[in-house]
Amino acid sequence: MFDKIWDSHRIMSREDGQDLLFIDRHYIHDVTEPAFRLLRERGLTPRSPDRIFGTPDHYVPTHSRQATAINDPERRTMIEALTRDAAESGITLFGLGDPRQGIVHVVGPEQGLSLPGMTIVCADSHTSTHGALGALAFGIGATEVGHVLATQSLWQRRPRRMRIAVDGSLAAGVTAKDVVLAIIAKIGVAGAVGHAIEYAGSTIAGLTMEGRLTLCNMSIEAGGRVGFVAPDDTTFAYLHGRPYAPKEGAWDRAVVRWRGLASDAGAVFDHEVTLDAANLAPMVTWGTTPEDALPVTSRVPDPTNAPSLERREAMTRALDYMGLTPGTPLEEVPVDRVFIGSCTNGRIEDMRGAAAVVKGRKVAAGVDAWVVPGSELVRVQAEAEGLDRVFTEAGFQWRYAGCSMCLATNGDTVAPGQRCASTSNRNFVGRQGAGARTHLMSPAMAAAAAVTGRLSDVRRLMAGA
Amino acid sequence: MDQLDRFEAVALPIAQANCDTDQIAPARYLQKPRSADFGRFLFADRRFRADGTEIDDFILNRPAYRPARIVVAARNFGCGSSREHAVWALYDYGIRAAIAPSFGDIFYSNCLKNGLVPVALPEEAVQELIDHLIAHPGDRVTVDVVEQTVVFPDGFTHAFFLDPFAKHCIVKGLDELDFTLSQSAAIAAFERGYGPPER
Ligand code: SF4
Repeated sequence: MFDKIWDSHRIMSREDGQDLLFIDRHYIHDVTEPAFRLLRERGLTPRSPDRIFGTPDHYVPTHSRQATAINDPERRTMIEALTRDAAESGITLFGLGDPRQGIVHVVGPEQGLSLPGMTIVCADSHTSTHGALGALAFGIGATEVGHVLATQSLWQRRPRRMRIAVDGSLAAGVTAKDVVLAIIAKIGVAGAVGHAIEYAGSTIAGLTMEGRLTLCNMSIEAGGRVGFVAPDDTTFAYLHGRPYAPKEGAWDRAVVRWRGLASDAGAVFDHEVTLDAANLAPMVTWGTTPEDALPVTSRVPDPTNAPSLERREAMTRALDYMGLTPGTPLEEVPVDRVFIGSCTNGRIEDMRGAAAVVKGRKVAAGVDAWVVPGSELVRVQAEAEGLDRVFTEAGFQWRYAGCSMCLATNGDTVAPGQRCASTSNRNFVGRQGAGARTHLMSPAMAAAAAVTGRLSDVRRLMAGA
Repeated sequence: MDQLDRFEAVALPIAQANCDTDQIAPARYLQKPRSADFGRFLFADRRFRADGTEIDDFILNRPAYRPARIVVAARNFGCGSSREHAVWALYDYGIRAAIAPSFGDIFYSNCLKNGLVPVALPEEAVQELIDHLIAHPGDRVTVDVVEQTVVFPDGFTHAFFLDPFAKHCIVKGLDELDFTLSQSAAIAAFERGYGPPER
């Protein structure tokens, strides 16, 4: 499937083996300013503004929809620059205050802009998310953004192919987030470097579209710049009727074409990985890379059991940063903050999954818990379903859409030394603020942490305990 | 972007694997314009305390390593976020080559676009070099972009791979965009055969 999309977008090849790929969709956001500056300095303008869509996400405030609520002038400048650059070039922008604004990786699929068979790029490593729709989608740097703006194309070397097959049905309380954390724990954060990942198997086929988006989102945390799922009826049902999806006759023709994208039965991969999903438990991370993930029923691991000296040192450093003692049951680790949101888990099903756990319960004393929808449309939908009240009545803060505490660049930070149960994608040192300690998990697990005040196995709460 | 062909410089060892771009350039500096000196933000949270004073144990703060122009890191260097700011921080500090067994994919291409030479060498060779540099602070390494070789302090030479086109751009201080713009007709022809944006 990867080769089919690649080959149909190849404009030319260079003698060094790189191919110039035509780019169907280019997303921009409020960290795209340097690329537009680069373009302006060279006297260039975007070549195909109708293929570019933008929305601010990294710097938007989540307590207000007013740009004036941003009291940091540099952050305000970034949003203003996006607004100006888009307007000057005739690029469609879902700006701050627009009902369609949100995190770019939530908005693209939601609007039907990300479609099977497309090439999609964005100056953000989590662009791999859009692969869930059967697209070839990858993150690029600022210079590459400038190149795509100017030429609507990009030079790339064809990566190797990896297939990750996940089979078996998921137990109650186990989600796509748990599957992807288990995959990363198995292959490591560098496991897929240089590879495009195709996810396959019965578990993946059984995931909802939103679950697949969560899965593909974290491909980059395994080192894979690209992760995708072959489009199927789940994909088509999700896309049908979305604002930018093809309509009527064009829709029928598109579905026929999209059905042809799936890998042929005999397709060959450079690497094959398999995972049995039937025995998976809800996962949490204990360290400072996403591969440091364990079932929530485990204990904090002991570095003295590490397979190598290097690993022992890395674990010791991580546990020191995280303030954890080896041997402690993970379920005894208390949390100060809870963040439900981000491009990994900020969609409506994530809100529903968390709300189902929260309903009828209260946020534990001393815990500051937030829900930040991934887009304004998700927020409005959740409010229509009454989910916002489930959260606020329990003591959660219910905020406006944006990246928020995933990266903490808008000022929503976790304080030094505080421990946060987070549905985002990176538990790196300082990711949620200097000195912040992040535990990654699913929305239902984060909700369980909020109401118990500690990392908790959501399956127990689901059973009513 | 400077022209680069061959240079010898102090090398800074980064012994930990999976050093992510959040470490190399913390996210709060993404809002700075490119005209800022990103060298000041390189490894900011490991180099400086919140009050701006230096953390003595961080390796880059040791006098012998300060003049480094080469980084030698353990595997998967520059993983994580796509932020080109990480490359700018290294470049503005003065770093012109990064040697590691493997790199984050996006970071690797960002390096090539900014005149920072990413050098992938076998893991054992890199580990040996890191150990040597820790034992002998301030020792120098030579990177020859034209010959595609690295000379270790012990005099051993290792060859590395570099895309010929990227190499041409680095050696001459050029970028790819001019070349692609010269191919505009081919892009337009492709697009004509390909149709308008899907709706
Ligand atoms: S939610 Fe987090 S990972 Fe996603 S785009 Fe925003 S900052 Fe990046």
